[in-house]
Amino acid sequence: MSILTALELIPLIGAFIVGFLPNSSSKLIKQVSIAISLLVTAVSILMAVRFDSATPGFQFVESRAWIPSFNINYAVGVDGIALVLILLTTILVPIVFLAGWNESEGGRWSVKTFYVLLLVLESMMIGVFAATDVFLFYVIFEAMLVPVYFLIGGYGVGERAAAAIKFLLYSLFGGLLMLAAVIGIYIISTNQGGGTFDVTGLSKLTIDHPTQNWLFLGFFIAFAIKAPLWPFHTWLPSAAKSATAGTSTLLLGVLDKVGTYGMIRFCMTLFPDATKTFTPVIITLAVISILYGAFLAIGQKDINSLIAFTSISHFGFITLGIFAMTSQGLTGATFYMVNHGFSTAALFLTAGWMVHRRKSATISDFGGLQRVTPILAWSFFIAGMSALALPGLSSFVSEFLVLVGSFTKYPVAAIFGTFGIVLAALYVLIVVQRALHGEAKPGNEALSDLNLREKIAIAPVILILVVAGFFPKPIINLINPATATVMSHAGVSDPTAKAGK
Amino acid sequence: MLTAPHLNYALLAPILIVLGGALVGVLAEAFLSKALRAKAQLPIALITLAAAFVQLIRIRNERSIIAAVTSVSIDGAGIFLQGTVLVLAFIGILLIADTDNFTAQASAIPGSTEENLSIQAGKQQSEVFPLTLFAISGMMLFPIATDLITLFVALEVLSLPLYLLAGLSRRRRLLSQEAALKYFLLGAYSSAFFLFGAAFLYGFSGSLSLYGIADAIHGSGGNDLFLLIGLLFLSVGLLFKVGAVPFHSWTPDVYQGAPTPITGFMAACTKVAAFGATLRIFYVAFYAAQWSWKPIIATIAVLTMAFGAIAALAQRDVKRTLAYSSITHAGFLLLGVMALSKSGLSASLFYLVAYGFATLGAFGIVTLVRDSAGEVTDINRWVGLGKKSPLVASAFALFLLSFGGVPLTSGFIGKFSIFSAAYESGNIYLVVVGVLSSAIALFFYLRIVLMMFFAEPTSDTVSVIIPSALTRIAITICAAMTLLLGVFPSFLLDITKTFAGFLS
Repeated sequence: MSILTALELIPLIGAFIVGFLPNSSSKLIKQVSIAISLLVTAVSILMAVRFDSATPGFQFVESRAWIPSFNINYAVGVDGIALVLILLTTILVPIVFLAGWNESEGGRWSVKTFYVLLLVLESMMIGVFAATDVFLFYVIFEAMLVPVYFLIGGYGVGERAAAAIKFLLYSLFGGLLMLAAVIGIYIISTNQGGGTFDVTGLSKLTIDHPTQNWLFLGFFIAFAIKAPLWPFHTWLPSAAKSATAGTSTLLLGVLDKVGTYGMIRFCMTLFPDATKTFTPVIITLAVISILYGAFLAIGQKDINSLIAFTSISHFGFITLGIFAMTSQGLTGATFYMVNHGFSTAALFLTAGWMVHRRKSATISDFGGLQRVTPILAWSFFIAGMSALALPGLSSFVSEFLVLVGSFTKYPVAAIFGTFGIVLAALYVLIVVQRALHGEAKPGNEALSDLNLREKIAIAPVILILVVAGFFPKPIINLINPATATVMSHAGVSDPTAKAGK
Repeated sequence: MLTAPHLNYALLAPILIVLGGALVGVLAEAFLSKALRAKAQLPIALITLAAAFVQLIRIRNERSIIAAVTSVSIDGAGIFLQGTVLVLAFIGILLIADTDNFTAQASAIPGSTEENLSIQAGKQQSEVFPLTLFAISGMMLFPIATDLITLFVALEVLSLPLYLLAGLSRRRRLLSQEAALKYFLLGAYSSAFFLFGAAFLYGFSGSLSLYGIADAIHGSGGNDLFLLIGLLFLSVGLLFKVGAVPFHSWTPDVYQGAPTPITGFMAACTKVAAFGATLRIFYVAFYAAQWSWKPIIATIAVLTMAFGAIAALAQRDVKRTLAYSSITHAGFLLLGVMALSKSGLSASLFYLVAYGFATLGAFGIVTLVRDSAGEVTDINRWVGLGKKSPLVASAFALFLLSFGGVPLTSGFIGKFSIFSAAYESGNIYLVVVGVLSSAIALFFYLRIVLMMFFAEPTSDTVSVIIPSALTRIAITICAAMTLLLGVFPSFLLDITKTFAGFLS
């Protein structure tokens, strides 16, 4: 059994164990859940240590027949890109558990259900990044929506039911388009001798241009909804507004990365020609996302919607980096995914604590938190600085790489993207000024600062943002070989400077 | 002098056992005392079905087209379909066993003194079981019949008891009788169409046998007016039975009016039988004429998929919603007919099993949600069911997700295989329409899930009754199969692959 399978099984078995704990002892349920998720973190770090970044291709592979009639296998394996995303997942889950200690209390259902759903979700998030069989990927990609649906609808706030169904319908619609494309590529592989769902096998098919374009679109739209890219983004703000801070963290921090990850793993690898055809359109959409998300973020009154819109902007950067199709762009985009995961986590969790204390998510209700709750305010401030990619924090490295990587091929897009940074400074600083600075507004005087549990939860996130900002090399080294493989599959290479320049 | 035809009784035994069991049931009805009768009918029905299934297993590797002269064909697909009918009917009987759903005396006029008297006397009709067995025998004959007369007889044998059964509801009897009458009248029309088509096909080919028709098409090139008329009318008869648009209009009314266990039985088993026969007729007899009928069936498939999904959006009644959903599924199954390939047949067989289990389970749950006046089928009153009885609501959600084709449920694998087969046969546009209809259909499935789980229960007096042991077993089996076929579908996919073949 591969360590990846173990990694998927531990939270799943954990969910079973938690399921049999008595409903009344919610403290025990939480402790057991955290213990399980920490075990997963430990195993995943062990895996990362054993990962050999010099070897190209997938590692820790395992393949078992699942549905032989269609040659569907339970096939898993990771390259550098998948590995860092799995690490992101396994590190964020215990943090979310710890940070959202009380999130499960106000839900429609029991505390137990909340943790069972989250553990099942963790197992699926690991599985979706580990899958090297397109069918397996698709199944997890879709099935993953169900726990999130219940997490938003069952434990969220406000218009949670509507937000949950909006999220689910958008995603399932995208998923169905992808299903048609999955079937299409399977039939093509059948016609070219032996149907397969293996991603490496599929990347060797010869597919004519029109078909490739259609199949590409099937995959891409599903991923663009997931990511979300403008104009497929409309489900995100309502979901982020209604979900609990923890769910939002996992939703935007990890789940949405499946979209951008899928663009690299499937769109680029399986349909290189179509990727080239659609690149100008996608780059345009990415730039629109960057600017649109940033502009709308400036105008938001609700702190969670603000974070959601900043994410739309950031996903624009990630997509720009991916489709620039240079090694810097692609590496930067992958690194961006990790950084965005952590910095969004920091934002959502600190904002969640603010909302929990103030009982309001409206930005103008806050004010002067710096005086009342200094540690909370500083944490939020650092998270905000990470969102605007302040040099010294890890997001700066990735944003810089993305812009450099895309400038060599698409200078205009890169320049427009740079405006996104300016706008980012604006939307972050405005909220920092309103919420943290000045005199404490009425209703804010008696707010309590972070307790020990919350400090422990936020500390590792900030630590990672800072350490990876000054010392990004280990992560970049993990990603680089995988990026090179993807680029060679897609048949692109970095542009070289013309003579005399 | 007329010689008696040679019959291979061993191969026909499954049907004969069911018919025999039905006759024993009728005799029991006539000669046993009232108390004994109620106890005896259920075991008779279940043992009959089990015995027929055992015999079917014993002959599973036999292949013959002369088992009854040339009227039936014992082949892989035929045996698989018969087995499917038996298994689903067995579960259906478990639901029907809850006789509380059936009227005390069917012949009494609704609301009359006579009816009240019979209720007070504690009368309970138990003819339900023999009638169901008769219908099952017809359902088993229909997919293996290979000549038009046998097909017609089987069609009538399966339909007539169903017309009666549809009218037996204990509550809302007028609605039930209306449903029965509608079903009967429209069914009679469709039978007439079927016969009319059969007559033209005989005129065209000079043969009643599907093989004879196939040969005649080969000889003529398949562009004969008689053939086209015959094909068209025969198809109308079949499409009526499977509930395809535009011959679907009876479905919602009948599904709503019939006693819910009967609706479940009918929805699952009739679909298996009717699609079995449709597949055989199109794969065996009309294969060579595919250029004539494919555009028509394709149009009907598109209409059926899209209409079922769109019309379901406007429904406020659970049973009607499920009826429209069954129409959509009929559309998906037509993709299997269109594929005209081994993988298309195998996918259809899998789909029928998956759909059958989910349907029986879903209707089984509808029988449980009640208020003082009987079943509550108004969706708005199902609000908050997830809080009141999480288990029942979760099971219903599982069946709905399976209908919607969400991964890890049987419906997804079914959809995947049938879409694959359609794609493989080059009907890519049908796959696209199918995918879009699925998306629309998902909306109303999810709306029900949403209402059950994400809304607070109103003060309304809806409650979930404690299911009888048999109902509980039936629903559990359905839920387990829905999950099992979604996560580990290989065993059934292997079986359908082995059995997917018509003798021709």
